[in-house]
Amino acid sequence: MRWFWIDGFEAFESGRRAVAFKNVSQSEEHVHDLFPGFPVMPPVLMIEGMAQTAGILVGEAREFREKVILAKIRLARFDRRVVPGDRLRYVAEMEIINDEGAATTGEVFCNDQLMGRVDLFFSHVDKNMSGLKFPEENFVFTKQFMSLLASFRSGFKTAPQAPQKAESLS
Amino acid sequence: MPMSREDIFRSVQETLVDALGVDDDEVSAEATLKGDLGAESIDFLDIVFRLEKSFSIKIPRGELFPDDVLSNPEYVENGKLTPTGLESLKAAMPFADFTKMEQDPDISKMPDLFTVDTLVRYVDSKINT
Repeated sequence: MRWFWIDGFEAFESGRRAVAFKNVSQSEEHVHDLFPGFPVMPPVLMIEGMAQTAGILVGEAREFREKVILAKIRLARFDRRVVPGDRLRYVAEMEIINDEGAATTGEVFCNDQLMGRVDLFFSHVDKNMSGLKFPEENFVFTKQFMSLLASFRSGFKTAPQAPQKAESLS
Repeated sequence: MPMSREDIFRSVQETLVDALGVDDDEVSAEATLKGDLGAESIDFLDIVFRLEKSFSIKIPRGELFPDDVLSNPEYVENGKLTPTGLESLKAAMPFADFTKMEQDPDISKMPDLFTVDTLVRYVDSKINT
């Protein structure tokens, strides 16, 4: 099962800031699940989109050595509905990071208009979970997940380009 | 930069309102973080992060919320702190009020050591020494 709530990155400044985007589509199951007959992007999945953006920012800051899990949603608010056809942008900034975990602040844009705020708190789970055991391998940063950042870094253009003038067909 | 206890209290109060989603009138000096304000384990970590930021201090792991006392067999017996355990805890947490623990050193009552005032006194000791 693919659990991608972001489609790609537009910007990535290691340890500081990450910007990811997501296109909302009529063909996605989840837009039809919240209010049957009234397709809308569920806010909880926008929180998850920010969690993935910020989580990768936090993970990359320590070269993905830590198992970074979302531990607390400090603040989440959205000021408008998001519907099929809309384009979301998640701008995550690192507030603080240390051995125990990290805190991020984030703004959510819909069609380039600021409409939400999501502040999160992540835990570096191996350092933190009072005696609980976790698998050795990093189950958080899977290959599928990492491909999002890899695509951005390799220069593969997932972000929209400026419209080109159509060439004459004659 | 020295701060008065009043100012520290107001800043700690604001931190707890943000971290725990409680109203400021619930955050009295004697309120316990867990019992009265509903703090859970992840909230303790969040509170440490926020205090570090608000007061520009570093809070080493285990300094504010010591995590090794309960696992030491010399310190705990039959669900109660031993005299050694109690002394060790008092040495580790000079900013906490041990009056109730001295009367009943039941380890299940340990979370009650962490009141708003405990945090205020801890911050005071860090910034005003």
